[in-house]
Amino acid sequence: MLFALIALPFAAALALMLAPRAGRNLSAWTVGLAALAGLAILFVLAPAVFGGEVLRARAPWIEAIGLEFFIRIDGWAWLFAFLVLGIGALIVLYARWYLAPEDPPRRFFAYLALFMGAMLGITLAGNLLLLIVFWELTSISSFLLIGFWGRRHEARAGARMALAVTGGGGLALLAGVLVIGHIVGSYDLDLVLASGELIRSHPLYVPALVLVLLGAFAKSAQFPFHFWLPHAMAAPTPVSAYLHSATMVKAGVFLLARLHPALAGSTEWLLIVSAIGLSTLVLGAVAAVFQQDLKGLLAYSTISHLGLITLLFGLGSPLAVVAGVFHILNHATFKASLFMAAGIIDHETGTRDLRRLGGLYAAMPITGTLAIVASLAMAGVPLLNGFLSKEMFLAETLAFESWPSYQLAVPVLAVFAGICSVAYSARFVHETFFGPKGHPPKTPHEPPRLMRVPVEILVVLCLAVGILPNLVVADLLALGAGGVLQGPLPDYHLAIWHGFNWPLAMSAISLAGGLALYAILHRRGIARRIDLLSRGKIAFEGIVAALIGLAQRVTRTLETGRIQGYLLWLLAFILLVGASPFVDLAAPLSTKPAQPAGPMAVGLWLLIVAGALTVTVAYRRRLVAVIAMGIVGLGVSLVFALLSAPDLALTQLLVDMVTTVLLLMALRYLPAISPPEPERLARWRDGAIAVAAGLGTTAIVYMVLTRPHPSIAEYILATTMSEAGGANAVNTVIVDYRGFDTLGEITVFAIAGIVIYALLDRVRLTALTPFAAKGPAPHSLLLNLCAQLILPLAVAVSAYLFLRGHNAPGGGFIAGLVLAIALILQYIAAGSEWVDERLDHDWNRWIGAGLLAAAATGIGAFAFAHPFLTSSTPHVHLPLVGEIHLASAMGFDTGVYLVVFAACLLMLAMLGKVSRWEARD
Amino acid sequence: MELLAASAIGVLVACAVWLMLRARTFDVILGLTLLSYAVNTMLFMVGGLALGKPPLIREGLSPTLANYMDPVPQALVLTAIVISFAMTALLVVVALRSREDNGSDHVDADDGDGR
Repeated sequence: MLFALIALPFAAALALMLAPRAGRNLSAWTVGLAALAGLAILFVLAPAVFGGEVLRARAPWIEAIGLEFFIRIDGWAWLFAFLVLGIGALIVLYARWYLAPEDPPRRFFAYLALFMGAMLGITLAGNLLLLIVFWELTSISSFLLIGFWGRRHEARAGARMALAVTGGGGLALLAGVLVIGHIVGSYDLDLVLASGELIRSHPLYVPALVLVLLGAFAKSAQFPFHFWLPHAMAAPTPVSAYLHSATMVKAGVFLLARLHPALAGSTEWLLIVSAIGLSTLVLGAVAAVFQQDLKGLLAYSTISHLGLITLLFGLGSPLAVVAGVFHILNHATFKASLFMAAGIIDHETGTRDLRRLGGLYAAMPITGTLAIVASLAMAGVPLLNGFLSKEMFLAETLAFESWPSYQLAVPVLAVFAGICSVAYSARFVHETFFGPKGHPPKTPHEPPRLMRVPVEILVVLCLAVGILPNLVVADLLALGAGGVLQGPLPDYHLAIWHGFNWPLAMSAISLAGGLALYAILHRRGIARRIDLLSRGKIAFEGIVAALIGLAQRVTRTLETGRIQGYLLWLLAFILLVGASPFVDLAAPLSTKPAQPAGPMAVGLWLLIVAGALTVTVAYRRRLVAVIAMGIVGLGVSLVFALLSAPDLALTQLLVDMVTTVLLLMALRYLPAISPPEPERLARWRDGAIAVAAGLGTTAIVYMVLTRPHPSIAEYILATTMSEAGGANAVNTVIVDYRGFDTLGEITVFAIAGIVIYALLDRVRLTALTPFAAKGPAPHSLLLNLCAQLILPLAVAVSAYLFLRGHNAPGGGFIAGLVLAIALILQYIAAGSEWVDERLDHDWNRWIGAGLLAAAATGIGAFAFAHPFLTSSTPHVHLPLVGEIHLASAMGFDTGVYLVVFAACLLMLAMLGKVSRWEARD
Repeated sequence: MELLAASAIGVLVACAVWLMLRARTFDVILGLTLLSYAVNTMLFMVGGLALGKPPLIREGLSPTLANYMDPVPQALVLTAIVISFAMTALLVVVALRSREDNGSDHVDADDGDGR
């Protein structure tokens, strides 16, 4: 049933989305019924909750991060859910009559239902992360509702501003909740509420508190985030009444109350929360007096009242908490009814401008009476609910103990805000319903009967609470306050008459002072001349513009479209990351003695360094660079040979041959000489980066080489004969131990070949002098002859290397390269036409066959109920060749062989072909 | 010997980085080729430096690291050599196409003077 409660509004929203033809009535009924059904569930749950039980229902969601779909209903959650659904039902009825025929009702009510569900989620969530999810959902649905009239500029701007402010606050709240979760070790509300001591004594308490408060203050429009609320008044009035007075803006103070046991009670809490609340209370009240828009006046009044509630929670005494809860209820009733009244006035007169209204009482006496009663509640006049909670508030400001000046400032400023609130209430009533008749665009009259019903219900509630508080509201208040405090309630009693005391005197001063203030302002016409709009909007827009400007500048600086620049950033960053561990390096440079270097090693060092430097110095003369590169490659091959890696030496030697051919072929289509680079500074800068990279690499490699490291090698060395059936451990690693990796690698190789094919297929490249001869290139007869002699020999060597590869240097990679080089020699010597006529040159097919062979060998293991690529090792004795190893790995190596050889040929043959096509021109 | 090895790799990396920062595609390819030499050699040397101990199992020698080089880095580098060749080839072809299509062998496909 708890899940049904939260699901109902979302189900209504979904239903409306799926019902394209739903009109005003159907849409309103759908959402209204969802709200009523929710209320019914709340009433069913009421006995248990009033009996002090906490209802819980859990469903797993994302356990890994501690997010659980946990519904938890205690007194405070129940009370707030009741408020959300109760006001929601009234708003639906009101909105049914408020919406104009041209407004899409389906969309409006779907958004409203979405918001209702999100708000319910906040109240009922028993997991702080779940609460965040719903919190963000209220920000989004609020954005959609404020921007409902999306054609109006102020609706779009207001919606964006509200989203930016409350969404930004939501991020802060998320961070705060994460910190709380870190402190407590759980996001479970039960645990968090029980860990108040732990949280307050933790070193991260202040960051957590500040972050949570940022979220709550942004949502509840507290100074200095208050400016978004007046601009949210661009929303349709039902939205203003529901979201921006009764419920959503209360989410912030709801959270303050919800986390009260966990966070409150410290000096930091008291200072921050009470100071922010106090300044918001005063600022909102003053600004509300000087508004010309009915809804603007109510918006600033809402800000002021939210400040009052925040101040109460900030004061922190149990009695102040009770007063805060009480004022949440009272404010919701009178402010929602006032907003609806303002909406009726707007609806029936066509304007909300106080300067154009006046004398409406004659035209709409019933609405007028309702609005007057609600305004009296707002002003805190006796016999209405606003009076009771305001009285409690004033008593608390007097009971507050702090530094003498602050202790004095709180009640004084509270009275000042009270004076202002009486003044703006008086202004609201007087300049709308009395005084000279205004000039509204439409002739005013009473609204449809049903549109007034919600206002009537709420105003009757204001009166009932105000006159008979113990009968009507005492139990609800005790329930809610009990849920907030999570403990015993303080001693208090609700009454209209507490005898002559200070709070009463303060109320009297507020009333008299407020009326006097309004009288002065009105007589002089000051209130009408001054329009106190918040500077927050200008600041906000300035900040947004500055941010966009900054982002554009950063983008322009970084995103130059110059690849060199990007690479420079990348390398600089790598250098930074690589250098950072050296800053405070405690480890010794080496932990084992270095080996002596023989003359061979010194010679190879000289060869490689000389080659590399030649490439670098002579890079502009490209032919020289390619030859020098060959020297480096040769040096590296010899290093491999020297340092016990015959397989690597062979591979490197062969690859260097192919690479050299490749680079030389490429030079046919590229300038032979690099143009000089004009920027001297850039070259020095690049040189510095290069030297730094070289030195860093040297240091790292030296440190790696001079310390022992663990290795899995001994396992492989011990088992390569028995399990993989080969003496060449390198080859068995490639085709057996790491066969799956090798399959991936030959696939990459094959893909590279095919991509090259795709890039060059049917492309003509323009050859550049001096390497391009005109017409078909002449072929050297001597080379041709040699190549033809070498070919059979090379094929035999290739086959031999392949067959023995499992036990001696060789194998698929090396054999494939040998065969490829032999054929490339044919291409060079005799031309590609000559070769293609004599060979199946569809290299793509060869590549495919190779991949298939390798994969099929791997799959073959399934037939013997082994995992993919498990090898088996029968030995076969062939005449003449001797015993050879026919491991299944051989099939795999055949695949490697085919892919390497065919892809190599494909790459070079394609380059050869583009020149042929060009020559034909 | 360790210092020789490390410094040779350092020189290769420095030359490679400098060439990679040049403006012409071919020079960048030269740099990348040098870089792959450096990286392959470094990866290979992680297995240790030893003379005359190829990882080919011979009878009578106990299969331990005292008698043989570590075969794992060698296997890794063997495939890496072949793959770096494939990457070089791919880059060469991309460079050729870029020059053909854009009329410039500048890495930004633009000589800076609009052509």
